[in-house]
Amino acid sequence: MSRHRSACFLAACNTIKRSVINAKDTEMQSTQSLYCFSLRPLRLRELCVRCSVITGALVLMFFSFTAAAGVPVPDIPDAIKGEQCVEETGFMRRNHMKLLSHQRDDTVHLGIRTQKHSLKNCFTCHVVTGANNQPVTVKDPRHFCRECHDYAAVQIDCFQCHTSVPGGRKTTGARP
Amino acid sequence: MSNEQDNTQNKQRIDRYRRKLLGGSAALAGAAALGSGVFFTSIARAKPDAEPASSEVRWGFLIDTNKCADNCDKCVTACNDEFNLTGFGRPETDAQWIRTVTLRDKKTGHTTRLPLMCQHCAYPPCVDVCPTGASFKRPDGIVLVDKHICIGCRYCMMACPYKARSFVHETIENQKEYGPRGKGTVESCTLCAHRVDKDRIPACAEACPEKAILFGNMNDAGSEIAQRMASEASTEIRGDLRLNLGVRYQGI
Repeated sequence: MSRHRSACFLAACNTIKRSVINAKDTEMQSTQSLYCFSLRPLRLRELCVRCSVITGALVLMFFSFTAAAGVPVPDIPDAIKGEQCVEETGFMRRNHMKLLSHQRDDTVHLGIRTQKHSLKNCFTCHVVTGANNQPVTVKDPRHFCRECHDYAAVQIDCFQCHTSVPGGRKTTGARP
Repeated sequence: MSNEQDNTQNKQRIDRYRRKLLGGSAALAGAAALGSGVFFTSIARAKPDAEPASSEVRWGFLIDTNKCADNCDKCVTACNDEFNLTGFGRPETDAQWIRTVTLRDKKTGHTTRLPLMCQHCAYPPCVDVCPTGASFKRPDGIVLVDKHICIGCRYCMMACPYKARSFVHETIENQKEYGPRGKGTVESCTLCAHRVDKDRIPACAEACPEKAILFGNMNDAGSEIAQRMASEASTEIRGDLRLNLGVRYQGI
């Protein structure tokens, strides 16, 4: 009986010892890795991280409050047809430039003149009328393309060459 | 054993026969489909919007200078109107896609007037020299500038034997929606590609009161332009350069 008890005790001691050694190992590893990463003491690092998180949160709060107070978010003009855009809205927001440049190459080089993804279709459908019921050009900040591009501070060069308003002289004359 | 072999051989033979039959009928169906397609394209002349320009087509002009009246510049005005080519009072640099040229024979004093525009060469020197690939030839023979790529170096203007190209020196406004133009790029006659793609004739040909400018597909033997080119004499300007022009003249 006593022999059995002593054996149990020894086994218990062994397991405790092993676990302590393991714990020490991991602690050493973690401190080593931390000190490998930075030579500064751990506490200072932690303080810095916490401070930056708090400052970030404060800045975010500040911006959200000012946004509520009236930063001009884009007021996107509705399509005159009042229908769904040529593609899904989220897709258009992310990919309209890709569609436009693809269409551009197809039209210039191959003479493919489908309207669906054309620049002309954008400002024809989302036309904004100003004074005298005339469509506004890209010089007007209310222009469809400018609403978002001004907000995102992304310059558009399209209208250095292209017209920004729908219309144009319609000529006749069929090929004989 | 031999029975089994016979059976498998028979089966294979039948399979081969079936395959042949299927293949033949598929080919027949394909031919029928193709035939109907050809039939439809020959009737419907208009190019669908989604279809790219075909290399089987070669658009061109046949210009009869005998019909060109003195002091008539209706083709030039029509072109300027079509693309809103407004001048800035500087003839040396104002855009000019088509102009009238008067030739005078020094011996006889005989003068000839003719409209001169981009000759839409089959081997265009402007395309050869363009460092960016902006100057290009469409499959249907129309020579264009891709202004998205053009850097405005003007090599093409120097290379062109016909002085057909212009450089835009000024900020442009009120462009037509089918004719984008912008400062810092080279431009020239587009053979009214936007009209041609919509099955219409170029503005100058439409405006000519004497019908001196004939537009058509030079590759189509049935077209008026090809038939007249075959039956009447016509020449290229600077034919010695062997550029195979898309614009041919009569009476010079």
